[in-house]
Amino acid sequence: MPVLIKDTEKCVGCLICVFACGRAHQAVGVESSCIKVRSQGGISRGFSVFVCRGCEDPPCARSCPEDALILRKSGGIIINEAKCNGCGYCVKACLFNAIGWDSIKNKPVVCIQCGECARSCPYNVLEYKRT
Amino acid sequence: MIEKDPIKRVLYIDLTKKKFWIEERPELFSEFIGGTGVAIKLLEENCPPEIHPFSPDNPIIFAIGPLNGVFPIASKTVAMFKSPHTGNLGESHAGGRSALSIRMAGYGAVIIKGKSERPCYISIYSDKVFFRDATTLWGLDEGLSAARLIREREPGAGLRTIIRIGPAGEKLISYACATLETYRHFGRLGLGAVFGSKNLKAVLIAGKRNLPVTDFKEYKQIYIELVKQLRESEKMKKYHELGTPANILPLSFSKGLPVKNLLTNEMQGVENISGELFAAKHLGRRVACAHCPVACVHLAALRKPYEDEPYFYRTIYLSYDYELIYALGSMLGISDSVDILKLIEIVEDMGVDAMSTGVALAWMTEAFQKGIITEKHTEEISPQWGNAEGYIEIVKKIVYSEGEFYKDLGKGVDYVSEKYGGKDFALIYGKNEMPGYHTGPAAHIGYLFGARHSHLDSAGYSIDTKSMTKSITAEQLVENILEEEQWRQIISSLVICFFGREVYTQEMILKCLKLSGYELNDKDLLRIGREIYANKYKFKVNCGFNLENVNLPKRVFEIPSSIGLINKDFTDRAIALLKEKIKSLL
Repeated sequence: MPVLIKDTEKCVGCLICVFACGRAHQAVGVESSCIKVRSQGGISRGFSVFVCRGCEDPPCARSCPEDALILRKSGGIIINEAKCNGCGYCVKACLFNAIGWDSIKNKPVVCIQCGECARSCPYNVLEYKRT
Repeated sequence: MIEKDPIKRVLYIDLTKKKFWIEERPELFSEFIGGTGVAIKLLEENCPPEIHPFSPDNPIIFAIGPLNGVFPIASKTVAMFKSPHTGNLGESHAGGRSALSIRMAGYGAVIIKGKSERPCYISIYSDKVFFRDATTLWGLDEGLSAARLIREREPGAGLRTIIRIGPAGEKLISYACATLETYRHFGRLGLGAVFGSKNLKAVLIAGKRNLPVTDFKEYKQIYIELVKQLRESEKMKKYHELGTPANILPLSFSKGLPVKNLLTNEMQGVENISGELFAAKHLGRRVACAHCPVACVHLAALRKPYEDEPYFYRTIYLSYDYELIYALGSMLGISDSVDILKLIEIVEDMGVDAMSTGVALAWMTEAFQKGIITEKHTEEISPQWGNAEGYIEIVKKIVYSEGEFYKDLGKGVDYVSEKYGGKDFALIYGKNEMPGYHTGPAAHIGYLFGARHSHLDSAGYSIDTKSMTKSITAEQLVENILEEEQWRQIISSLVICFFGREVYTQEMILKCLKLSGYELNDKDLLRIGREIYANKYKFKVNCGFNLENVNLPKRVFEIPSSIGLINKDFTDRAIALLKEKIKSLL
């Protein structure tokens, strides 16, 4: 679980992390981003941040009918794109909605535990711990 | 422009027929970039100059540019329409999530025409547009709850914008605003009333996509450099820390903060409404527009006790800025920060432009004191400098009263001062109410001739500040104003927030544009900026804006500004020069 949400109260909702995650997947924009930021029922209440927990027993991998998601040793998953059929079950299985999408390939984009989101955050809402 | 970039797509929505269609306009976005540049061309195409602003034919145009969704602080959307407040060019800019949402939905511009038979709101999800019934949302006491209902009913949280109006927009107050993401506004020139005239309560826009750039590696480098500068540059510091209210004390000290309808420049108790005081006493949270690391939006937490129920409190968050502290504070002689916040609350609830409202209240107070209007007009309310409770009642009256005077006040200071008298102290510029800088001639001439009569057109206060140490001629002043306003057409075509303008130098903009597939040079930018400016002025003139009919309010010359009393001969000369320059562009 390398990226920790330290304090969402400091989140300003700038989405700089969302774009950083996109860039880490060679994309410009938000579609391929695995990190999600949304207001807590209106901006006056601040924001919630959802990032891959790197589950030890990840429901996304269990939901995959093609076994395209392989467990990483240090938590989280790796995608075998050759096996993936683009069904999107993994996206639905993640309670955090922490899986992005690539509509050109029609395949999910999964967190690679790189910590770019945490490094990019201007307000230290996130913390990256290498495991 | 990159061929597969969706920026060239324009979404048309017809509220009368409940139809929508998409047109590709690559030539428009190649020639005029986006934002302001494209919006004015679309306004020319879609808005016959002679129509009434409340005609169904008046289009609402939202436009963004190629840098939105690609580079940081390119976070703004330009709205264009025929203004019900001035009867000519309506242009207003806002951030929130609007620009990112339009970009992610896959459009460069959205045009809303026609008039819905019944109150409605529109939901735009990429290529799908839904017309939703909003009869139940019409006539709610305050705008916020309508937004809350829409938020709960519609999907896409986190990456969507909800642009909505309050009661003032429904009641066609000519300076009603459109509010988005609770705290951002298309504030000036009455977009809210145009929404209202179309029976349009709100517009939701959402989408998700990736965008193309010409060179990903270089893009990454420039992006990181930009974020670094936006975070660390000295130039951005004032927006990070105290926010724009940092200017209250220095401007008051230099006599540039207008007080009590500019009857004076001495603000008693200014330390109680300073940016420092607001931060220490009220700052409860800071938030950002989407894709901006600066987080300049300062939210005050206001704790209000329930009068009828002990140990019950209502805590609300309100965004405050320099312009609000001016318009709803110093301009009304209010020196209590809590009173200012209470006024901000009612202004937000009603959905009116804070600046025009503040100046209207100030004009009314002076007119009442001078006996131009009486208690018969005001329905027994006596407006008094510093009396926030009275002003709160008046704001409600502007929106809800059926009385003739309040209906007139809902049309702005130009209208009431024309009808009742009091022109000499009507602080209006091309029919728009005054922004909060009495710094010298450049500020006032900037408001008067700026295409949207906004302090943001040419930032004349900055020219005045420089002239405090090194005096300038009328020729230089005119040159500076024109150069700045024309350059800003480029910034607002990309669409970058003006707060980032010092980071986005000409060189930086050219680099970013190159990555978006635009091969332009510095001369091209200046030429395009000039053309956009000229196009805007042409539209104004076609709508009847007469350069010969605009004058500075008399009051401006009576009270010393930051550079002392403003010399009428000097401003006359500058104005004559500026008129010639503008005419030569038409």
